[in-house]
Amino acid sequence: MTQMPDREKFPVHTGGVENFDLESGRYMKVWQGPQHPGVTGNMALELVTSGDEIVDLKTHVGYLHRGFEKLMERRKWIQNFPLVCRICVPEPDFNEYLYAAATEELAGIEIPERAVWIRTLNLEMARLTSFLMWLGGQAGAFGMGTIGQWTVTMRDFMLDLFEELTGGRIYHMYIVPGGVRGDVPQGWFSHVLTTLKNVEKVLDDIELVLFNNAVFKKRAVGLGVITPDMVDYYGITGPNARASGVARDIRKDRSYLIYDKLDFDIITGISIGVDSDIFGRTRLRAAEMRQSISLIRQMIDKMPEGPVHVSPPNVLHWKIPAGETYLSAECTRGEYGYYIVSDGSDKPRRVYVRGPSYTHAVALFEHMAPGTNIADTAGLMVSLHTYPPEIER
Amino acid sequence: MKTKTDKPVLPNLDLPASDKGYFCDARPEVVEPVKGIWENFLNWGRANSLWILGFGTGCGAIELRPLMTSRYDMYRFGVQPRPTPRQSGLFIIGGYASVKTLKRIVRSYEQMQGPKFVLGLGSCTVNGGMYWDSYNTINRLDQYIPVDVYIAGCMPRPEALLAGIKALKQRILDGEAEGANDYARNFDWYKANQKKIITDWNMPDYNW
Amino acid sequence: MVDLKALRAEMDKRYKVIEISEQRTDLAFLECDKIDVPDAVAYLRDHEGYVHLSFITCVDRLEDEQFEIVYMLRNHEKKHDLGVKTKIDRKNPVMDSMHNHWAAVATYQRELREMFGIEFPGSPGVNRPFALESWAGPPPMRRDFDTRKYSEETYFPRPGRETHDPAEHMKKTQYPGRADL
Repeated sequence: MTQMPDREKFPVHTGGVENFDLESGRYMKVWQGPQHPGVTGNMALELVTSGDEIVDLKTHVGYLHRGFEKLMERRKWIQNFPLVCRICVPEPDFNEYLYAAATEELAGIEIPERAVWIRTLNLEMARLTSFLMWLGGQAGAFGMGTIGQWTVTMRDFMLDLFEELTGGRIYHMYIVPGGVRGDVPQGWFSHVLTTLKNVEKVLDDIELVLFNNAVFKKRAVGLGVITPDMVDYYGITGPNARASGVARDIRKDRSYLIYDKLDFDIITGISIGVDSDIFGRTRLRAAEMRQSISLIRQMIDKMPEGPVHVSPPNVLHWKIPAGETYLSAECTRGEYGYYIVSDGSDKPRRVYVRGPSYTHAVALFEHMAPGTNIADTAGLMVSLHTYPPEIER
Repeated sequence: MKTKTDKPVLPNLDLPASDKGYFCDARPEVVEPVKGIWENFLNWGRANSLWILGFGTGCGAIELRPLMTSRYDMYRFGVQPRPTPRQSGLFIIGGYASVKTLKRIVRSYEQMQGPKFVLGLGSCTVNGGMYWDSYNTINRLDQYIPVDVYIAGCMPRPEALLAGIKALKQRILDGEAEGANDYARNFDWYKANQKKIITDWNMPDYNW
Repeated sequence: MVDLKALRAEMDKRYKVIEISEQRTDLAFLECDKIDVPDAVAYLRDHEGYVHLSFITCVDRLEDEQFEIVYMLRNHEKKHDLGVKTKIDRKNPVMDSMHNHWAAVATYQRELREMFGIEFPGSPGVNRPFALESWAGPPPMRRDFDTRKYSEETYFPRPGRETHDPAEHMKKTQYPGRADL
């Protein structure tokens, strides 16, 4: 059931430009954000509405622009480590991993096996944590604040695990070149397993409360459909693409870290039998949370022993040979990538961060929003899982 | 009807002529605290109902969310988030403020009703923190709006936030949290600093 | 697995390929003339399976007076990334717009125009500011723009903040008197 917008309500196109006669009384401009509660991070939406139907949407970003890429060019390779994790607040580990792995690739550093396993474990936990936060936001955007309270509380327990492992709640700075910063503390694995059990219990509850909720079903089914033919043109990656039935997962495609040794399948909308609307994407992400839990359990079972760190050369004089590389990883939102150029000096020449929200929040969202309701904008935006800090960096 | 013509008015120079009628050109005024037990009572009331403006301006806002859950539960301190500046008395600047956000911060701050308080969260509000040399983030928040309490850290834990709120309460009880009056007294200085970096000033000079 | 020699042979038939280099088995870089890039990218997308555009970015080669624009493409079937690079003049930076190829290209070009000052004539909405507002200085991502100097002049640095070069600072505080470091 796709909602087709009523074209008659739409403004006239002249010369490729849409003409809104705001004086005509048919259209009204509404700004949503930057401080809208439904927004994860600051992003403003400029809506042109007709009645309560959106006829045009423009995304305005830049409220969180800090010029990371510029700052990295004037810091040494190792000094960038505290910086990279701050690019994406809810999920910083992917920045650390990609930056570390890209520098290791350029510098030719091999890291010990246990470090690779701990990195993977760290990334999967970050995925689960970020999904927990997102699920609360998605339910909250449709008026179910209770689920937000549950998931944020569970996320807090996940952050406790991170704190025990790395010393930091939000920013971990744990994955460093040459491995990870320290070994797993004693008894930590059993803490992880206990927390996972609690998270699973909450997921079961959410299954009951959210996916059987008539209000959520009424509003989310059929809203914001992504069809498979949109995937390439709009550059959609991650769960947004998988929900439409396109089986693409960088964890399988590139099989970085140890993902080839773990037992998991790509979850697509077809494999779990959902449509590619908001409801389907929520189901798919809930399924991916269970997948993450299963992956973490597998890793804890098979975790090898050994050293977790090899010392790189003196990091204060660390010069990385000239070269360039691009590494990508599957974060909760899709393809997260780092493109790093070195000119052989002690500072990076260029670091480009590819965030998946970049295409989702601007090109895709501007295409999907017309025809929907003002009240559904927040839900639609959250269902695309956009984090503005990674758009403007 | 008596009009106050003797008071200095704001020129609102950058507003188009058609919009000038919509906005007030009065300057903010200092509201002197009443002395004695009555003021103490008012401060007790203010300190125990701090309503936060729900404008997460930076990454520090991510630690505000756990405060609303059962684990930290800021409601027990009389703190709760509100969606609009009109209903809020506490503005938490959650970390770095880019120039684009600062413009919205100034506008939101001015729209809040006095007495109003500002809590600078994170090192980047103190001295720029991680982004001290960035071309797009401010270094010191107190040059643009008056700040009552700073919480250092990147990022500060929820406990630190609660401690900061507690410190703010103590300041209010002691009658030291006079940010709104400070803003009114040094209005021209604040405005000059703000206009130095917000070069496309297309809003009224003071909007409430 | 992608046979780079075969790919190069196919590309050579149509366009002037300057260089093709392999970084990993799943990542290669291909350098083209500026004039060929839009067609070459379209060819790679339509005939070689590079259907996904990961990003467009730019590297400032200040010493060569050139900008290097990178289009990162992905072939999902062969699991291969290909970066198409081209160099343009830094003094007169104009690049052909590719906004019809993918939907997100217009956004990338908007950002490149703002951050590097590269013009993309014909790209929709390219002149609207992207992340910056009321920016009066030079395009900030250019290497000759000094962000620290700008920050110190524009914002108010808090007195008392010290910054050290970490190598020098470590030498002084941790290993005093060691000349060999």
